[in-house]
Parts: sequence; structure tokens; C-alpha cells
Amino acid sequence: MRLTKWIGPAVAGAALMGAAAPHAFAQNFDDPKEFAAAQELLKMTPQGPAGKPWEQNLGGKEVDTSKYKKPGPYRICFSNAGVDNPWRVVGWLDMQAQVDVLKDDIKSFKAADAQGKDDKQISDINAFVQSGDCDALIVSPNTTAALTPAVEAACKKLPVIVFDRGVLTQCPVTFVNPIGGYGWGIQTANFIVSKLPKGGKVLALRILPGVDVLETRWSAANRIFKENGVDVVGAEFTNGDNAKTKQIVEDYINKYGKIDAIWMDAGATAVAALEAFEDSGQPYPIITGEDQEDFLKKWKEKGLTAMAPTYPTYQWRSPVIAAVRILKGEPVIGPTWKLPQPTITEADLDQYVDDKMPPLHYAMCGCKDLPGYPQRWGGK
Amino acid sequence: MTLALKDDVHRPALMRRINFAVVVFLVFYLVIGLLQPAYLEPAGIMNFLRRAAPLAILAAGQVFVLVSGGFDLSVGSLVTLTVIGGSMLTANDPSNTGWAIGVLYGIGLAVGLINGAVVAYLRTPSIIATLGALLAINGVAMTWCGGSPRGYLPENFRMFGRFVFHDVPLVKIFPLAILVFAVVAALAWWGLHGTVFGRRVFAVGDNPRAAELAGVHVDRVRLGVFVISALAAVTAGILLGGFGGVSVDVGVGLELQAIAACVVGGVQLMGGRGTVVGAIAGALIMTALFTLLTLLGWPQPLKDTAQGLMLIIAVALGAWRRRRTG
Repeated sequence: MRLTKWIGPAVAGAALMGAAAPHAFAQNFDDPKEFAAAQELLKMTPQGPAGKPWEQNLGGKEVDTSKYKKPGPYRICFSNAGVDNPWRVVGWLDMQAQVDVLKDDIKSFKAADAQGKDDKQISDINAFVQSGDCDALIVSPNTTAALTPAVEAACKKLPVIVFDRGVLTQCPVTFVNPIGGYGWGIQTANFIVSKLPKGGKVLALRILPGVDVLETRWSAANRIFKENGVDVVGAEFTNGDNAKTKQIVEDYINKYGKIDAIWMDAGATAVAALEAFEDSGQPYPIITGEDQEDFLKKWKEKGLTAMAPTYPTYQWRSPVIAAVRILKGEPVIGPTWKLPQPTITEADLDQYVDDKMPPLHYAMCGCKDLPGYPQRWGGK
Repeated sequence: MTLALKDDVHRPALMRRINFAVVVFLVFYLVIGLLQPAYLEPAGIMNFLRRAAPLAILAAGQVFVLVSGGFDLSVGSLVTLTVIGGSMLTANDPSNTGWAIGVLYGIGLAVGLINGAVVAYLRTPSIIATLGALLAINGVAMTWCGGSPRGYLPENFRMFGRFVFHDVPLVKIFPLAILVFAVVAALAWWGLHGTVFGRRVFAVGDNPRAAELAGVHVDRVRLGVFVISALAAVTAGILLGGFGGVSVDVGVGLELQAIAACVVGGVQLMGGRGTVVGAIAGALIMTALFTLLTLLGWPQPLKDTAQGLMLIIAVALGAWRRRRTG
């Protein structure tokens, strides 16, 4: 008991110190202009070939690439930030398969894996540029600011295509990416707002703080929750860990008796969150997950009220297509090429659930028409 | 004072320390119950115990090492390896669960023997030896799965952490994990307080030189305690994997939580003193603390801070009590 008496004031002191910290992050990731821009992009009708979202674009202009034109087949090089999570694993498989599709135009495809390290990626890029073995360079940057100088240097020697995360320069011929974090936040929060019963409680589960794509997902969602007076009872960091996610959700169920909706900034632990409801004997919540098969299967099996936003892995196909077009002197969308960012809803769930694919496969891979599907992606 | 007198106060002091940890736990739990009455219902108590089970099992293993005068920092990474290994070995096929669990205990045995051998025969301080093991085991786990969680644990593997008996008299629900916890606790209590080996663990922790002169095979005792701790870690890993599914950082920080639980439960860090009941009560206190802070709505970083402060306070209190009681 003496223990508890000591702990109270001591921890309260620590709480005061800690309370100041979160504000340091907030500003950059909650930009009303970007929020509005994402809302506009979501309203747009994609242009380009139907059924091939990886070749479509939302707005944007065509860039003249005639100065890069040269006879094929081409040597393409790719500096990859890493393959350290299931999303990047699926994307990387997409990209290799896309290279196979274009094998008549591609003589060689060299890739360097930076293993999540900026310095390794900088030297990878330099090595590619100096080797003279690359007609075009694709870069998926590990971090934005650190990779900018290396990309700028590469731009002077050969056409560069950047995708996924960006760089702070306009020098690449094009930067391919989907609508992004704000779009994700808008899509998911609007779904929850539309389904939530009056006075319903929402728990937000986030992976970790400080990562731009995740912060913007949350800032956009939180803006919509606030505008609609939604009762967000908590926003917790799960570290992407199943066990921790389940424990947090269980804590909230215990604390509030009932949680009506789960919002997630990434769906990897969605099934663990749902298990907490199962084990507590509670009805399933409204939930926004992601396009991973484990979640989609659970959704279908249990008839959940759910939606799956996507950060589509098919974006790994687009840079390869762009590289070949650029080297042929055909125009591409640039300097920013925005890809559509579809969601999976109850209406089209069936076309994405696939028992033959592994649980961590991303359904929005746009890979069904690619050579080697489904075995290449671990399917049966 | 005389040695005889010291021996006389030894038992009551020990009793008092046990009671103290148990009392602190009960007070914590009562506060939890006031904040959320669901915790006072049988189902709430059962759920709480199920959640505390993995940490309590780790503490019950760790207490052997601490009493012998060492540390085992490798248990957290061994938990991770167990969960990752479980998913890799079973490969989504429930018929693999039986032998996979056997292999996991085999890995645990090997890790315990290596830890023990490094400490006993290479004369490496256990804090360094097991810190090295922590890094090495984590590396093995990450290499094995390629850095990201792959596959799933089959339902029959997850049963130990997830299965619940329904319609049990008195308590209504009874999670299988509590049964595992009870068996481990009983085994640990018997091992430390009811066997010759247990008495030797105390002797080695109290004064290894004296123990050696008295004919105790100090090296063998050291091997034994690390093996016990490692096997407890595999058991905790099976429960955690069962409860939460595959995760690459399920074990992160558990080694410190287990040591903290022991210390809060009155186990002396430099060896020679401690009880299994205290260690388990400590684990319950830690779990109750986390639950309490969650009910109060504290964010995770502050919970970590609270855990750290709790540890310091517990060690300081322990030292102060020892000074007072001699």
C-alpha cells in the first residue's frame, strides 16, 4: 500500500512531462490543403484502359519523353528500399512478373535491395548510375529527404522513375503513386460515419507514430470524425503486433463495455482485433481493415459490416510500364502520376476473397493476369 | 547479532514478504474492480488470470535464475522464437502441431543448456551471456521467417492460449491457459521449495563458494536453472502465440517484465532470496498495473514509464525492508 501511495504522484509527474511531446509531430501531417486535394482526387474518374488501374491516372498531364528515345530492348535497373513487409513482398512479385510480361522490350532487369537502409540505397543508386548498365532507373525510396540528392544525381545521367514514397525534387520523369494517406483516411472514416449508430464508440488502432503515410491516414480520418461529432474513445499504437492489438482491444472492451467500430491505419492486425471481440463474447464491430486475405476471408465468413481500403500493390507494375514507354519515346503521365486507390466493399468482396491465396497476400495486387499467378504469390 | 537469531527471523520475514506482494496485488485488483465492476465477476477474474498467465510462467522460471544469483535476459526473444518457430514448423497444417511443440521444447532445452554452459563453464556473467543470447535468438527468429510474420498458427496449436471451457460451475468460463499456468506454478513451487535441487539453487545464490565447498555441483545447478527458465519461456510462448497469433515482436521486453515481476514479488536480485509465490504475485501485480493504467486511459509510453518506476520503487523498498529486518 505504501507502494501505491508512492507511485501515484511519481507517475503523475511523468505524465505531465510526457503530455507535451505529441504536439511535436502533429503539424506536418494534418494539412487542410492536401486533405482537400485528396478529396478532389477521390471524386475524379480515372482515365486509361478499363480494368487496368495500374495504367490509369487521375488527372495529370502527359510529359514528352522523345529525348529519352532509344532502340530496344532495354536494360532497366531498380533500387528497392526493401522487401521487409508483406506489402513490399507482394509488390516486388508484381514487379518481377510485369518485367516478364514485357520481356520482348526488356533485355535485362537488375534490382538492388537496400534492406531498409538509406546509406545502402544511396550507394546502390550511385553504383547503378556509374555502371553504365542501365537505360532507365526505377527508385522506390526508403526515406524522402535522405534519398533526394542521390536521385537528383541519377536524373542527370538517365531517366528516373520514382514510386511509392516520393523525393523532394521534380527531376524524375514521373513519380507514380496512389492518392495516398489522406485518401485512405477519408474513405475509411466516411464509411464508419455512415454505419455508426448514434453515440457509437470508435476505437482507432494505429501502427506507430511519426510515419508520414500513416500519420496522414489518421489525421484525415480524425478530421472527419471530429466534423461529425464521432466519439473516438481511443487512438492506440499497436506496433503492428497481433498479440498487442488483441490485448488493447480487449482492454477497451473491458473499459467501455462495448466498442461499436474499429478504425485501423493498416489492416495487418485486423483479424487479431476481431478475435478480441470473439473471445469477449461481444458482437463484431464495424471495422475498416485492409485488402489482406486473412481479413477478407474473416469478413466474408462472419458477414461483417466492413470495408477494406487499399494502398494498392499494383502500383509496383506501373513504373516498369512507364520505363519502357519512356525509352520508346512514348508520352507518360508526369511529373506526378496519380493512380486510382480503390476500396473493397461488401458489393465486390467476393471477387477479392480467394481461399487459395496465403493469408498475408494483398488482394488488390492487380496480378491475376500476370505470368505465374497464383503460385508465384504463394497461392495454390 | 548472532547467526541463530538471524535464522529465526528468516521465516517470518519471508512470509511477510509474500503477504506483502499478495496484499498489494489484491489492493490493485480491488481498485480495478471499482473502476470496472466486470473484473469482479468470475468471468472477469478468469480473463485477468488468463492474461497474466504467460508473464507469471516467465516469472516462475526466472525466479530460479535470480535466486541462483543470475539473470536470464534471453526469455523474451525465446518467446518470439517459439511463436515464429511454431508458425514455420506447423506450416498451416494442424497435424504438425504435436511434433512442432516437441521441437520447440527441444529448442528451449538447447537454449537453456547453452546459456547455462556459457555462464557455468566460460565464466561469463549471466547478464552478458543472456544479452548475447537475446540478440542471437532474435536474429535466428527473424532469419527463419524472413523478418515478417508468415503463415498462421493452426487452431490446435492456439488452443492452449485461446481455448475456454464453458459452463464450468462457480467460474462459468475456464480458460485452458489458467490450467497450464496452475501446472507450471505447482511444478515451479515444488522444484524450488520442495526439492534438494531447489535448496542448492538457494545455496549457490547465497554464496557459490560456500556451496561448492559444501559439495554442491555449482555448474550443474547453473545449467539447471537456465534450462528451467528456457522451458518456461517456451511454455509462455505457446500461450502467447495461442492467444494473439503470429507476431514478430510478441516477446519484446518480456524479459524485463519477468525480472520486474520477480523483484516486485520480493525476489532479491543478487540471489539467495525469493519465492515462487512472490514471483507469481509480482507478475499478477504487473498485469494488474497495466490493466489499471489502461482503465485510467493512460497511453502506452506512460505505461512503460510507470513500469520502470514500479521496478525502481520495488527494489528500493526491498532494500529498505531488508535493512530494517536485518
